[in-house]
Amino acid sequence: MSAVMITRKVRKWEKLPGKNTFCCDGRVMMARQKGVFYLTLFLIVGTCSLFFAFECPYLAVHLSPSVPVFAIVLFFFVIAMLLRTSFSDPGVLPRALPEEATFIEMEIEAANGNVPAGQRPPPRIRNVQINNQIVKLKYCYTCKIFRPPRASHCSICDNCVDRFDHHCPWVGNCVGKRNYRYFYMFTLSLSLLTIYIFTFDIVHVVMRSVDKGFLNTLKETPGTYPFRLWPQKQLLCG
Amino acid sequence: MAETHSLQDMRQQAAVAAKVFLQRDYSNGTVCQFQSKFPSELETRIDKQQFEETMQTLNNLYAEAEKLGSQSYIEGCLACLTAYTVFLCMETHYEKVLKKIAKYIQEQNDKIYAPRGLLLTDPIERGLRVIEVTIFEDRSLTR
Repeated sequence: MSAVMITRKVRKWEKLPGKNTFCCDGRVMMARQKGVFYLTLFLIVGTCSLFFAFECPYLAVHLSPSVPVFAIVLFFFVIAMLLRTSFSDPGVLPRALPEEATFIEMEIEAANGNVPAGQRPPPRIRNVQINNQIVKLKYCYTCKIFRPPRASHCSICDNCVDRFDHHCPWVGNCVGKRNYRYFYMFTLSLSLLTIYIFTFDIVHVVMRSVDKGFLNTLKETPGTYPFRLWPQKQLLCG
Repeated sequence: MAETHSLQDMRQQAAVAAKVFLQRDYSNGTVCQFQSKFPSELETRIDKQQFEETMQTLNNLYAEAEKLGSQSYIEGCLACLTAYTVFLCMETHYEKVLKKIAKYIQEQNDKIYAPRGLLLTDPIERGLRVIEVTIFEDRSLTR
């Protein structure tokens, strides 16, 4: 006689040993420190809402209604790319299971031969020939694997990531093979959005100045002040 | 009380004798290919030709997944223009072929490898680094 046990299947993300946080039943994967990511979100949403609140009504009436429409489309595109980059898996390589780790250790020992006591063992490197070039695959002590070409270990997330670019705190995640395209589209579209808003800020101030004089314009448009500093911040981020 | 003798249950009950790891083959560049050299530990379990045929089919499937053709180009452009929302409705070509590979490995395991006490692990579970072949203890001698 056996008791019927309803055991819930353990998902892979629950067993991942790295320092990631998961949400929405494993659909969202981020690094642990998310503070700077919230700052990025606040800056983008904050400055764009100032633009929509203060500049767009004037520009829509005096210039063209397509100006705020395009700005809204671009804004949603930027937010979509940011969230996609932040929430997706950068290309984390699973760590070696115990049997594979043991097998690799035995291979390394066989390759190194006997090291006399007192001497440091040689670094664990596997040479592989790719297209007539010798590529050195390094051994990762944490993940216990030989990293494929262009993979690297992120110490913040404690994972080996395939085609690792960098860990971006602004985005709150690593940038690697699987989310590089979203990161690239994010930085590209954000630059476009910055230039677009900055241009129309200038256009707005100029148009008002023509009507009422420059000093009066500055008094009437407090919404433009953040935009003086914003392009510098974007350049820093990129 | 219904008793199910699924292959999975039988595998979990069988003891693992050894594991063989087939590494990546980088001789054609960084394209995903695995070494199809027949490992010596499998000599007693399966014949060489059958194994090499499995490996060759797998390598061909991976080559097909990474193939850059007009279809993948159109897919990429469409995805970029729609802010990748198009992937809520359809799968990428790569994902479709990965599913095909998973099905092929499952089928090969059921038909050829499980009756011989072997199990192929889908390399995607290991980050496309190795193909793990688990060799189970040969029970037929103890019956």
